[in-house]
Amino acid sequence: MPSPSPAVFRIEVQVKPAFSDSRGNSALAELRGLGLAGLSNVRSVRGFALALPGGRAAAERIAREALADAVVDDAAVLDADARPQLPAGFAHRIDIVKRKGVMDPAADGVLRAIMALGEPVAGVRTYTAFLVAGTVSADKLGDGAARALGNAAIEDIAVDQPHAIDPTTSGSTGAFTKVDVPLPMGDAELLDVSKTGGLSLSLIEMQAIRKHFAELGRAPTDVELETIAQTWSEHCKHKTLAGAVNCDGRRYDNLLKETIFKATKDLARPWCISVFKDNAGVIAFDDRHHVTFKVETHNHPSAIEPYGGAGTGIGGVLRDTMGTGLGAKPIVSTDVFCFGPPDLPASEVPAGALHPRRVLKGVVAGVRDYGNRMGIPTANGALVFDRRFIGNPLVFCGSVGLLPADKVEKAARAGDRIVVVGGRTGRDGIHGATFSSRELHHESETLDSGAVQIGNAIQEKKVLDAQLQARDLGLYTCVTDCGAGGLSSAVGEMAEGLGAVVDLERVPLKYDGLTYAEIWISEAQERMVLSVAPEHEAQLLDLFRREDVEATVIGTFTTSGRLELRYRGVEVGNLDLEFLHHGVPRVVRHATVKPGGEPEPTLADEVDLNATLERLFAQPDIASKEWVVHQYDHEVQAGSVIKPFVGPGQKTPSDAAVVRPKLDSFRGIAIGNGICPRVGDIDAYAMGLLAIDEAIRNVLAVGARFDECALLDNFCSASCERPEVLGAVVRVAEACRDAALAWQTPFVSGKDSLNNEFRTQNGTVQIPTTILISSIALVVDVRHALSSDFKRAGNAIVLLGLTRPELGGSAYYAMHGRLGRCPPRVDLVRAKAVFTALAKLTSERLVTSCHDLSDGGLAVALAEMAFSRGLGVDVDLAKVPAADGEEHAPSIERDDVLLFSESPTRFVLEIEPQRLRDVERILADVPHAVIGTVTGDGRVRARSLTGARVLDADVQHLAHVFHHSLDLGSAMAQDALRGHDKDSR
Amino acid sequence: MKPRILVLRAAGTNCDVETAFAFERYGAKATAIHVNRLTEKPELLAEFDGLALPGGFSYGDDIAAGKVLAIELLARLRDPLLALVDRGGIVLGICNGFQTLVKTGLLPGISARIGAQDVTLADNDSCRYEDRWVHIESVSPRSVFIQPGQRLHVPLAHGEGKYVAKDAATHKKIVDGGFVAFRYVTEDGGVASYPENPNGSIDGVAGLVDTTGRVMGLMPHPERAMFAVHSPSWTGAALREDDEGAGAVIFKNAVQALR
Repeated sequence: MPSPSPAVFRIEVQVKPAFSDSRGNSALAELRGLGLAGLSNVRSVRGFALALPGGRAAAERIAREALADAVVDDAAVLDADARPQLPAGFAHRIDIVKRKGVMDPAADGVLRAIMALGEPVAGVRTYTAFLVAGTVSADKLGDGAARALGNAAIEDIAVDQPHAIDPTTSGSTGAFTKVDVPLPMGDAELLDVSKTGGLSLSLIEMQAIRKHFAELGRAPTDVELETIAQTWSEHCKHKTLAGAVNCDGRRYDNLLKETIFKATKDLARPWCISVFKDNAGVIAFDDRHHVTFKVETHNHPSAIEPYGGAGTGIGGVLRDTMGTGLGAKPIVSTDVFCFGPPDLPASEVPAGALHPRRVLKGVVAGVRDYGNRMGIPTANGALVFDRRFIGNPLVFCGSVGLLPADKVEKAARAGDRIVVVGGRTGRDGIHGATFSSRELHHESETLDSGAVQIGNAIQEKKVLDAQLQARDLGLYTCVTDCGAGGLSSAVGEMAEGLGAVVDLERVPLKYDGLTYAEIWISEAQERMVLSVAPEHEAQLLDLFRREDVEATVIGTFTTSGRLELRYRGVEVGNLDLEFLHHGVPRVVRHATVKPGGEPEPTLADEVDLNATLERLFAQPDIASKEWVVHQYDHEVQAGSVIKPFVGPGQKTPSDAAVVRPKLDSFRGIAIGNGICPRVGDIDAYAMGLLAIDEAIRNVLAVGARFDECALLDNFCSASCERPEVLGAVVRVAEACRDAALAWQTPFVSGKDSLNNEFRTQNGTVQIPTTILISSIALVVDVRHALSSDFKRAGNAIVLLGLTRPELGGSAYYAMHGRLGRCPPRVDLVRAKAVFTALAKLTSERLVTSCHDLSDGGLAVALAEMAFSRGLGVDVDLAKVPAADGEEHAPSIERDDVLLFSESPTRFVLEIEPQRLRDVERILADVPHAVIGTVTGDGRVRARSLTGARVLDADVQHLAHVFHHSLDLGSAMAQDALRGHDKDSR
Repeated sequence: MKPRILVLRAAGTNCDVETAFAFERYGAKATAIHVNRLTEKPELLAEFDGLALPGGFSYGDDIAAGKVLAIELLARLRDPLLALVDRGGIVLGICNGFQTLVKTGLLPGISARIGAQDVTLADNDSCRYEDRWVHIESVSPRSVFIQPGQRLHVPLAHGEGKYVAKDAATHKKIVDGGFVAFRYVTEDGGVASYPENPNGSIDGVAGLVDTTGRVMGLMPHPERAMFAVHSPSWTGAALREDDEGAGAVIFKNAVQALR
């Protein structure tokens, strides 16, 4: 007999009026930031809905001992249906409640606390409220709250409305029906099956499936079709990049295999341990360990719900690391974002899109809360702004791991148990793409499907802690992560070459009512799949239990070559693994290369280059990203050597992160990245080479080795159904091949996201084709690493590399609203000589500081180097090594071109005078010159080609502009605090 | 025999490895143990000379930082904790560990040795998680972890680090009674405001010590400053032979106090 449901109470906690309420202040600042007038004060409420068999006495105790801080908080215990009273002076109350089915990670901690108090509890749900004082209307406030405080995609946002919250989970476990999906003979009807089911399978693919099942003489079941759709998805199979392409007559049978993979294979670098086959690339680190590196995108989820999308993005790539080999330990995260302009007028945000500022803040908070909680330093990244990213931002999350050298190989064996560990399975991320019958749909309405996911970092941290112990005890034979496609992809992948039987009713669920197909394809977060020999089963399950992680045997690997799915004893799927993994039909796609760019502009002569440089530092692409960086824990694990900002006061941006993965060793790795979509608007091939050039410049500038440097590619583009988009992708792939071969820098991992478009009333906006190159290179001894801040007045400044009139796609042109036609073009042969020479200089410890030249060119680099120590710089532009007639390029006659050109493969080096002779000897065969000296007067000075003083700017002033132009938080918050003080007087 | 340190681990602890390493680097034997093992068998604590509560986000910190772990310690380990201090043991809480000790009342422990919370570590004034390097100065004359008047350059990373006492009288008692272990200061020792005082702590309080001087907690992370190359400006100076960073002194002294 069911027991009566326990009483539900709401406990509401507020900071006492005598203490400052920073969450309330922050909400006030956010609402004011939207231009909402008439607000005088906002106070925050932390709400907890609890189902408590212990009744009101229990609720009072929990409020006092667990939920309210003894010093600064007040707590109120309310009946479930009580309408909270507004305190005197407040006009409105905003309630923000996560929808049912949306993950509520905070509830886990509350549950643990209540259990520690020894009180029984039947359900926990947390929520947030804000009390608002002022003269604003409820409608305007509701609109503001939806734009700044909550997200209607996952939360109910109500102003002055009483709301009921049910902390218990429910759902029914009725009878189930196995669902067959007959495939119609007509092609149009067949394609309709794919469309209505959200399978994203093309007609040719559907035809192949129809043929396969016709041969078997039966219809596929819903779960079989879903499994094929997941396995054949672009995300899992990379059908486009691994497919056949005809690009203006150049034919590739498999684009990736014949470009990027082939280069890696031909180079055959001995330190490449595992490339393009596991969840991440693996390279050698020292005698006992390897390092792994993987970068993923999570674009579409981040567009809809930036916080959850970015959080689950980082959570996903960390699981890739945990699923590489027998499980690597994540040691560094990277993040690269492309957003719309943060200062976009609100009126220009298209319907259905969030304001870029909102996206940026949400994404940063998502990465922060997940990465920081997992205890993994986020140490390297980049931010790029362009209007075409407004509706479709790009969110790249990278993860570097440390893997014991004897834990690279893995293989499930027949007879091994299939064990799922970690979070429970719900409807997360199914997007309704199921073949549920109408009835099942009706049932699913009782629990909203959480199309948008919220991560639970603590759950993943617990899995990591337990998994690494199990790894070191040798308790499992293979592991992979549950990512896209959920169990269907993870088990399907591990069973390749074997077979598997899975009993789907064994999978632990968050709530009842899921169909067997939903269980199989759910993308619920924080799950890993292990294969475990029967003799280790008990020990493994016990180990996870001791760490409070659920681990459940859901099936067995077999030798049948088939994937057999059962639910409550009934066979609901039986697929041939050969067909599943190799049955996808291949098509030839057409690509064409379209020249881009605009006529080269003729800018008026700059009269005041000081002002120009100042304006450049205020551009969001160049301005300091410290507002973002300081929210990430980049010191945890105690391996940080070169940080995102370096020098006293951390004022100078660094080129790459240097991290020491092992506390007992000074061997390190450097991590950098290159991304330059504007250049791709002119020439995709030039963009590809420039991004690689930049990623390598980054790591060489901090003293890494050039001969042990590996690369990762992440392609993002609009739909490759458009031949000119695919043409750009082909050119980038060719650039990757050419640079990798020329420089002996192999690619070890990659990923693509090839459908980034956003439909507005005025047509479809395509993102610019964008390549992110991530680099990772060995630093033999971190005690010899370099930073980019000038150290001492009197030292010489050497400019290494050739400057040419290459302003196409530059920050300088962009600031003038121009694109240009002459992008930076990498000379592969000369670049190799420059890189080799620099690596020799740094290995012989001849360089005092080093900074690479990128956005904003020479002028920006010199000023940044001077930010830290009150130093200055004085250079002579006539000495800059520039292209002459032999380079088939016009000579440079303009000072602004010399100062702001973004020619590739260039570095500023600070050299002690007594070392110049040795430096000159090593640089004898590469373009370089001493162009000036470090000064002690805190000014950035340059003499023109004619000897006139063209630049004389105050370093502290430039630093101020640099540091405060992209401040999305503190200035606003401080304004709000000041406003609050004024209003309350 | 080496002093034995128990490094306590819970769901969401994430600085246990480097904290254990720091103690071992200066001569202790450090063992990371899950709180489940300790609550199952509280007498385990008797086998150790010191307890370290490392940084992280115990149980997610969603109620308040360190709160859930504090409830567990109070429910299961109240007496063994006091016994550890009474027999001359040490307790060090770093960041989340400090937040936990404050929420058990063990720090500063003025109105009762444990169980009464007189101060708290509230949300940073900026309402943001902040990772930055700060200067702190040791204050209390009785901390076994550090002599007073020493200035350290160390990193911190937290969202809830603002020291607040329940009233002015309590705060005065804490200051006058030598319970302040560290204060945030400017590089030259002056009064710090944001960002040198990164969270808005009253009077710049960055760490506390109890009446015995053997229980200490602080928001910054000395274990992330144990090597010279940890500093953000090390590339501008000659490295010391021993590669030692500013935070090392705390672990050295802790081990020394147990010998």
